[in-house]
Amino acid sequence: MLETKTDPMIVSMGPHHPSMHGVLRLIVTLDGEDVLDCEPVVGYLHRGMEKIAEHRTVIQYLPYVTRWDYLATMFTEAVTVNAPERLANIEVPKRASYLRVIMLELSRIASHLLWLGPFMADIGAQTPFFYILREREMIYDLLEAATGMRMMHNYFRVGGVAADLPYGWVDKSLDFCEYFLPKIDEYEALITRNPIFLKRVQNVGNISREEAIQWGLSGPMLRASGVKWDLRKVDRYECYDEIAWSVASEREGDSLARYLVRMQEMRESTKIVQQALKAIPGGPYENLEARRLREGRTSSWNEFEYQFVGKKPSPTFKMPHQEHYVRVEAPKGELGVFLMGDDHVFPWRWKIRPPGFINVQILPTLVQGMKLADIMTILGSIDIIMGEVDR
Amino acid sequence: MSSVDLQGGWISLGEGLGLSPDLMYAVWVPIPIITIVIAATLGVLVIVWLERKISAGAQQRIGPEYAGPLGLLQPLADGLKLVFKEDIIPAKADKVLFTLGPAIVVVPVFLAYLVVPFGPNLMISNLGIGTFFWLATSSVAPIGLLMSGYGSNNKYSFLGGLRAAAQAISYEIPLALCVLAVALLADSLRTVEIVQEQAYGGILGWNVWRQPIGFVAFLIAALAECERLPFDLPEAEEELVAGYQTEYTGMKFGLFYVGSYVNLLVSGLWVTILYLGGWHAPIPFDLPNSAGWEVVGGFGAIFWTLLKTYSFLFAAILTRWTLPRVRIDQLLNLGWKFLLPLALGNLLLTALLKLLFI
Repeated sequence: MLETKTDPMIVSMGPHHPSMHGVLRLIVTLDGEDVLDCEPVVGYLHRGMEKIAEHRTVIQYLPYVTRWDYLATMFTEAVTVNAPERLANIEVPKRASYLRVIMLELSRIASHLLWLGPFMADIGAQTPFFYILREREMIYDLLEAATGMRMMHNYFRVGGVAADLPYGWVDKSLDFCEYFLPKIDEYEALITRNPIFLKRVQNVGNISREEAIQWGLSGPMLRASGVKWDLRKVDRYECYDEIAWSVASEREGDSLARYLVRMQEMRESTKIVQQALKAIPGGPYENLEARRLREGRTSSWNEFEYQFVGKKPSPTFKMPHQEHYVRVEAPKGELGVFLMGDDHVFPWRWKIRPPGFINVQILPTLVQGMKLADIMTILGSIDIIMGEVDR
Repeated sequence: MSSVDLQGGWISLGEGLGLSPDLMYAVWVPIPIITIVIAATLGVLVIVWLERKISAGAQQRIGPEYAGPLGLLQPLADGLKLVFKEDIIPAKADKVLFTLGPAIVVVPVFLAYLVVPFGPNLMISNLGIGTFFWLATSSVAPIGLLMSGYGSNNKYSFLGGLRAAAQAISYEIPLALCVLAVALLADSLRTVEIVQEQAYGGILGWNVWRQPIGFVAFLIAALAECERLPFDLPEAEEELVAGYQTEYTGMKFGLFYVGSYVNLLVSGLWVTILYLGGWHAPIPFDLPNSAGWEVVGGFGAIFWTLLKTYSFLFAAILTRWTLPRVRIDQLLNLGWKFLLPLALGNLLLTALLKLLFI
């Protein structure tokens, strides 16, 4: 008999492959076009971020955290300030809380936009990339106006935010929301019902509800499998409770469901921003407690400089000798920090739980038995950022 | 027939100067060939420019604008850049196959121009098997792709070459069946006769109305033959880096580039010849019967051919920047399970109607 079975071919995709989203490396075993196995190799972007945190005060570390997930920068800052805040029981004024929610949701939209473009490019459609950059640019203009930086904002502070909004920013943001909602419909009109797109994403990378929970998935990956788990609703942090919005979820658990969840989340985020902009209260944008904690009962709190000028948190703010886990709902999933304080300005341990790192673990299971081209679809639908996977 | 005889004029011009007719004939032979090769290459430059401008339009960009007016010289600059780049042959590549590959891809594509008529008498060779000649030559190109994919000694190239071969074979058959249906209508494989057969009734006489199914099948198959999105799997950037082109640099890469665009142009020309009435104007009109008007008519024929061709190219380019890419199994399914039965049915239907009514 003629021997027709050939040896499988092993292709090392990455770390410099056009669609590896940075420096992921996949060792793929191929039988023709069929994927037999796939082994992700991570660590090419490891920068020791957790260790670096151990000899930085929070305020020193803040400019660096935006390099975890450099597309959803506000969330890394949020979790970095939330952890010491919760550890030291620092209240955040209402206005600061609203400011944070607005910034977080804008950042979520930006992150989902920069997921949509590369995801479509992974499937072979290049044009959406330019459309999403058009909208993302507006968000970054807004963030730049408020924070001074487009990507690496360094905006959140323990007990508040670094600066109040500039004049006219609220109106500009409302304009953007009004402009952006029809744009999501435009994307959907262009993409969602395209037969080739549907053929490429439907029933590709199916994750069942049980699997999603067992693998510890979070974010849109989990919600696309029918689990309505959103930390904004579950943990009720910041002022999400005061805003009317709903958790986007789908049941199918394939790449299409993850696409739909993210599209819906952009709509919900826009609604949150709109409501928060209208409901934003006046008052201080930064907590005065951090300084009070350090200086005790005798601290001044009503003088001119304290009230109007020098409202930055103290660089000598000490974290209590306690430990806990703090998490926020980042665009990619649950972004958490396990923080151990040591009555010192530096944290004793700063463990990051990046959503991308946990989510990408399911990749080999998903791509086995699929075609070569499906690797890109599934990897794209997982939405990883190597900055936070490797840290 | 024509009252303008360029070849005869050229030979008698030589005789007037005291040169032998044989010599003048030998000098004449390469002139139309060189003209066509230059025209095809210029056509490629135009397509590259169009591709960049149309994609820029679709993506809300400006596109090339500094090299020449409206960036018209940009393709030329790109080409020159490729000429001056270092030609690298990978150390472990099969040097013969690696070098031969691009040539085998490009040459057959240019050969197809031999039988393309730009006007009733404006073609290099009025072969009796014209359309068949094109099908035959265009089937050679995948061998070149396979050679370069295999010779590169690169897994991405190899996969790309295999994909190219699989794709070309799958779509060659529906393409040939569509062409056969048209040839059946014209009772000839001669390109000129296929076009002349569509001459009556202006736009209504074109084959696109008589062969709507064949037209659609031919368009899809032609796009797949040209390896254009949504069927550009052999060079799918996100999957195979650049497919069989991965290891190529300089002018060898340039040859692939030229080959793919010339192939696109040829496909456009064949769509025009087979379905869009070739050189005929959409509304027929008569020119006065004199040598001067004959020349005007010749240019008119070229104009109409190119206009129709570039309309097809516009659609192809816009498609490329609109649609995502299909997967390899979907591509083959489409070819074997949809296009092939469709084209075969179309052929049988055409034969049946032909037997019944004509």
